[in-house]
Amino acid sequence: MSSLAEITVDQIKEVLGDLVEETFEKPGQDPWVRVRTDGWRETAVRLHGKLGYDYFCFLSAIDWMPSPYGKGEEDPTAEKEPIDTTIRQGYAGGSTRVQVFARLVNHRTHTGITVKADVPEDSWTVESWVGVFAGANWHEREAHEMFGIAFDGHPDLRNIYLPTDFEGHPLRKDFPLLARMVKPWPGIVDVEPLPGGDDEGEGAAE
Amino acid sequence: MTMLAGNPQSDRQQLAYIASQAADARVNVELETEGMTLNIGPQHPATHGTLRIIARLDGEQVIWAEPSAGYMHRGYEKLTEVRSFPQVTALINRIDWLGSFANEVPFILAAEQLMEIEAPPRAQWIRTILFELSRIANVSLFLGDLGVQLGAVTPVFFAFRDREYVLNLIESATGGRFHPNFDRIGGLKDDLPAGWIDETRAVMKKMRKFCDEIENLLFGNEIFESRTRGIGVIPRDVALQYGLSGANLRASGVDWDLRRDQKLPMAWDKVDWKVWTHLDGDSYARCWVRLQETRESTYIVERLLDTLPSGPVMTKVPRIIKVPEGEAWVSTENPLGEMGYYVVSKGDLGPFRVKIRSASFNNISIVPWLLKGVYVPDIITILASLYFILGDIDR
Repeated sequence: MSSLAEITVDQIKEVLGDLVEETFEKPGQDPWVRVRTDGWRETAVRLHGKLGYDYFCFLSAIDWMPSPYGKGEEDPTAEKEPIDTTIRQGYAGGSTRVQVFARLVNHRTHTGITVKADVPEDSWTVESWVGVFAGANWHEREAHEMFGIAFDGHPDLRNIYLPTDFEGHPLRKDFPLLARMVKPWPGIVDVEPLPGGDDEGEGAAE
Repeated sequence: MTMLAGNPQSDRQQLAYIASQAADARVNVELETEGMTLNIGPQHPATHGTLRIIARLDGEQVIWAEPSAGYMHRGYEKLTEVRSFPQVTALINRIDWLGSFANEVPFILAAEQLMEIEAPPRAQWIRTILFELSRIANVSLFLGDLGVQLGAVTPVFFAFRDREYVLNLIESATGGRFHPNFDRIGGLKDDLPAGWIDETRAVMKKMRKFCDEIENLLFGNEIFESRTRGIGVIPRDVALQYGLSGANLRASGVDWDLRRDQKLPMAWDKVDWKVWTHLDGDSYARCWVRLQETRESTYIVERLLDTLPSGPVMTKVPRIIKVPEGEAWVSTENPLGEMGYYVVSKGDLGPFRVKIRSASFNNISIVPWLLKGVYVPDIITILASLYFILGDIDR
């Protein structure tokens, strides 16, 4: 909607003040803003109250460490090449392995924002958004079980998908996908020759 | 205890009074209907799929309710990390299985955004047409199912009968009734088959007739009105902070449709159509908005067919697709609400992380708030009017 004024990054910086660590812009797209971990809740309060970001879209987390298991395409019995697990954060930078990120939208101007924050690796704790956006409740429960992030101030951090006694955090990159560990994926290169086919194992990639 | 200090006579009176009050309270508690926990699902016939709802009842009233999701969690976010980009569409097809094609579009658009390519106009048009067809197929089943939840059996037969026409159209164009897997990065797998356009026009007329039938059968019916009017009211602010989307949000008076309010390489902005809203926010409003949207979708399809451009349906893409490093968020107005993908690529064959924002997850997270204080028979109608697909909650 061009008739309505868009919220600019300068406005966001002005409202958030020293909470902002880094911003990232791409033409034609909503901005990315990374804020201080201790200002995570305050960010939501200010964006909601002062800039009218009233629609809660989602909240989740990213583990920036490349998976040490690769994609499981190669023969599991073959000798493994070492996989580079250097952590490289995405847009708006960062300094920790896991980041929480969320998206808010101002439903009047139809502009959105992606907010990110580092998750400290000693405590794995960030503040909860439930007091600001009631919809964050389930999203934080999901992020809690999938990444092992505790949300300070969340009323009820039970598992939402996984069984109560499940061990590990499935969406962390160092959690292996067992099906891929025991059998290589035939999708990228056909490892088994087709029945009756002439080709010797080296099937065409689809 | 300050009130007990002073005159011993009045102290005794005071204590006697408190004791009698406490005794009354106990009697009251004992006379009250005993609290009871009611399990709805996972196999209850009135729930769609395997959603389980644990409700704590006091007599006929719900005092606490909590949906228990996760019976169908398939871990798509983890699985996408070990697939290549073109392979992901086969997975995400199965998130909302009644409107499969609509699931593929935002992911493909996100990948295209990162690769900085755009599908040719004809592909954009066909994408939009198939998107709207999957909306019609999806929501027509909702309209039929709605009657069943209220004890009217006829609408569901109409819905299954007429949805078949739309599924046949999707099948003849894509090859799959439920899981088309037709969208490709850079365009579409194929062009439309011969005669498809005329057939679609005929089916759209049939679907409008179906909408009229449902409207005559349900809307205006006294039982339907009394069971849905003023039941399960969601105020606008609550809807926004829970992240409700789609018809649920528009039924609460928020005039917001991503098809209109977002710039995407799709064809919605090329034709004239209307966004339907309702101010009431109750079950009736949600059903009414969906009915109007289904009818509006048939017009969108017809108008897009009128302006369908010629040309190729696939742009030039490398045979092995590598998506450049970056992050992209694309969401579209799916039959169930806002569905989006946050795609992170590291310049590899497959995505590094995909966050799937599905509509039903947010739409159903309002249930503990919404069911507080309602009567037991209304649980089912409220859930039906919120309209969720289990695969869309559990992903």
